[in-house]
Amino acid sequence: MTYFPEEVVEHIFDFLESHRHRNTVSTVCKAWYRVERLSRRSVFVGNCYAVRPERVVVRFPGVRSLSVKGKPHFADFNLVPHDWGGFALPWIEAFARGCPGLEELRLKRMVVSDESLELLARSFPNFKVLVLVSCEGFSTDGLAAIATHCRVLRELDLQENEVEDRGPQWLSCFPDSCTSLVSLNFACLKGDVNAGALERLVARCPNIRTLRLNRAVSVDSLSKILARAPHLVDLGTGSFTMDHRAEAYHRLMNNFTKCKSLKSLSGFWDASPRCLPAVYPICRNLTGLNLSYAPAIQGADLIKLIRLCLKLQRLWVLDCIGDKGLAVVASTCKELQELRVFPSDVCGAGTAVVTEEGLVAISSGCPKLNSLLYFCHQMTNAALITIAKNCPHFTRFRLCILDPGKPDPVTNQPLDEGFGAIVQSCKDLRRLSLSGLLTDQVFLYIGMYAECLEMLSIAFAGDSDKGMMYVLNGCKNMRKLEIRDSPFGDAALLEDVGKYETMRSLWMSSCDITLRGCKTLAAKMPRLNVEVINERDESDEMEENPSDLHRVEKMYVYRTVAGPRNDAPDFVWTL
Amino acid sequence: MEEDFRKGEECPHLLDLIPNERDWMVKEVGGGGKGFGVIEEKKLELRLGLPGSEDWPAVMGKQEEHSVESALSLGHYKLCKTSGINPSSVGAKRGFFDTVESKTEVFQQQQQQHPGFLQLQAKGKDLSPKTNGRAEQQSLERKACGSSVAHGSAAAPSRNAAGANNSSQTSRTATTPVVGWPPIRSFRRNLASTSKPSLESENGGLETAIKPENGGKGLFVKINMDGIPIGRKVDLKAYDSYEKLPLAVNELFQGLLAAQRDPLAAGNQKNPEEKPAITGLLDGNGEYTLVYEDDEGDKMLVGDVPWDMFVSMAKRLRVLKSSELSASSLLQLGAVTRKRTAAEC
Repeated sequence: MTYFPEEVVEHIFDFLESHRHRNTVSTVCKAWYRVERLSRRSVFVGNCYAVRPERVVVRFPGVRSLSVKGKPHFADFNLVPHDWGGFALPWIEAFARGCPGLEELRLKRMVVSDESLELLARSFPNFKVLVLVSCEGFSTDGLAAIATHCRVLRELDLQENEVEDRGPQWLSCFPDSCTSLVSLNFACLKGDVNAGALERLVARCPNIRTLRLNRAVSVDSLSKILARAPHLVDLGTGSFTMDHRAEAYHRLMNNFTKCKSLKSLSGFWDASPRCLPAVYPICRNLTGLNLSYAPAIQGADLIKLIRLCLKLQRLWVLDCIGDKGLAVVASTCKELQELRVFPSDVCGAGTAVVTEEGLVAISSGCPKLNSLLYFCHQMTNAALITIAKNCPHFTRFRLCILDPGKPDPVTNQPLDEGFGAIVQSCKDLRRLSLSGLLTDQVFLYIGMYAECLEMLSIAFAGDSDKGMMYVLNGCKNMRKLEIRDSPFGDAALLEDVGKYETMRSLWMSSCDITLRGCKTLAAKMPRLNVEVINERDESDEMEENPSDLHRVEKMYVYRTVAGPRNDAPDFVWTL
Repeated sequence: MEEDFRKGEECPHLLDLIPNERDWMVKEVGGGGKGFGVIEEKKLELRLGLPGSEDWPAVMGKQEEHSVESALSLGHYKLCKTSGINPSSVGAKRGFFDTVESKTEVFQQQQQQHPGFLQLQAKGKDLSPKTNGRAEQQSLERKACGSSVAHGSAAAPSRNAAGANNSSQTSRTATTPVVGWPPIRSFRRNLASTSKPSLESENGGLETAIKPENGGKGLFVKINMDGIPIGRKVDLKAYDSYEKLPLAVNELFQGLLAAQRDPLAAGNQKNPEEKPAITGLLDGNGEYTLVYEDDEGDKMLVGDVPWDMFVSMAKRLRVLKSSELSASSLLQLGAVTRKRTAAEC
């Protein structure tokens, strides 16, 4: 192969779509390395601190699409202090200097300042796609910069970000000449938008296919937008509250009827049950439905809606759907692949809830199910075993029993057997989250059977170091391991220090590891960053020279070729 | 295993032969010449070893989907694995060999810790996925397996496997707030309480501040029921009319009321239908009636004023025995009537 001209080799590499394949071929020989790096158009950096941005730019000067992830996953649940890090600016600066042809940027769990957005907007003349997921640190002013300067912007996708509202004018910053938008998602913005500007923007972008509005957009506005953009494929409604007897409602239903291409619906902020029938006309074609922001819609109304959605593949709901509602889903949605059931009432005064029965029904009615996130009040081993038998194709299985450490209510046993059945049956399982009462046994099963497992989330589980050791010894494809409130200590941490270089990261909080254990790990593995996170409310003793026997509350370990980071705040020690 | 290898592919493609895990080895090596050279040489070294190695069958076997064969191959593969070779990829091998070569102690430790593991392997083969098996039998077998491991492994803590009463594992009461639990994003916590679009944005959306559950804009008022020492709280903003409120009250107190009446039945959560529901809270027909206290401290019957007005006025709720309502303080009733007529004006 090396006798082929480089153009041919490059052309062959074009067929390699996954990052892993391209990474692999670049290691074959120097010639391939060179061809690969110059022809690489897309780079994915799973941990922003694993490599310096300048390095990436030097190696891949032709990159058009960059994806970077920042904070550890548990940051979503407030376990990572606010200013831990994950800044986007160094990346944007490095690329602005060395790779001005960048067209797409996707960031997840990073701190993005308005300054970085402005730099981004001005530095890349061909910039087309900006996707920010679970990011923070910017305001609508930053969005205004993007709107103003990115002349060929195709996608602006803001998912679940924390955005400071500085007024609605950002939307008006899209110049009249901007007609290229294909996807616009600002559902996470809390402030008002200028309805007129929005409607005009939609009207002049004939290719718009994804539009997710925020809560401030009224039904009237939605109606007008639908009339102008009947080719929408993915819609997030704004505030879905209206008088169902009024003219506006009928107009809306009428406009929905015209949207023949609509496949995915979300939003439904403040939706009341009587308004739901407005979408009945399009339910038949829906493949995706997200009703998880509509707590006022209870079981019976959900059921009526779902009975019409025969082609549904992805469903996100609140647990007020109840077991009965899930049974209806099971009998109606035979194409279902992904299900997420969120808790609607975190505080206690609940209405309907879901239990193991709902999930068993789903598993028996929806054999194509491969991705699950399920918050419930209880689960049994028998149910999990049945589910494992019915649905052997799970790739993502995340079960959260709301009461930490709760056993099987029927047998009072731990849920080891149930989860064991899941990992044994689901040979393609890549992601698993555990909950309920669990002993070391479940980790033995996971180590034995979960060969493809890449991400494991553990909370309030296990009895001893053995549990963690089973996982580290067994799961050869493990990439991300996150553990909280489990009795794993230094012995488990240091069992196989080389393992962590084969993984992206390890998070341990409220476990039994000590400072000595962390220091030992850091000393043995220079290519790992071992970060110990000490928050302010520890005793003063911590600030001085804490003893090595001191228990470490939060530790984050990740492999890196960039060395210790230089932007760590005071409370983060890189050992 | 060789048969699997040949069955799988006619002509193994180079890319398939190169296991594609452990990409970090390659990706993160930036232009640094020295570092790269070293790694490249090692990769070449290892690659020469690969095609003939015993691990290829395991790798190819892994790619098969036959459940029957996988039972056998699982057994074989696992034995390979527990003998210390990690067969999956070049990079991992290098990493692992490094570990093995430089840290033989660790390796030996692993060997020692595996007897229980291997024991389970033998059983694991028998337990292989019975796609048409019975659930109970599987679970029984696993339990037997589990307890044999518990006996077999060296220092298994006694509360392994079958233990149901792990004192450190007793489930926490639902009311104990745990930081970051349940694992949902902040904006989902506040959903039920921020059900109106006019609510200001500071707290209604995503929060990064570390706040336990009730950080949102809910309107929580205390609610007490006659005869029940435990008071609860209810979020008035979670409802948009009088329809749902009595249901919520029922939910809050049904269990407690049943427990009061029959303490022996208290732990039983499985049959909510068996507990008598609290009904007729608003229409005066039930055993209990719902009243509220406004900001002036007056007690009023719930249901008289428009819902929104009620939400803005109610500072506290009480579930009173209907019999006591009529008997007790006519003054209260009088106050009720006065306020009612005032509202109607």
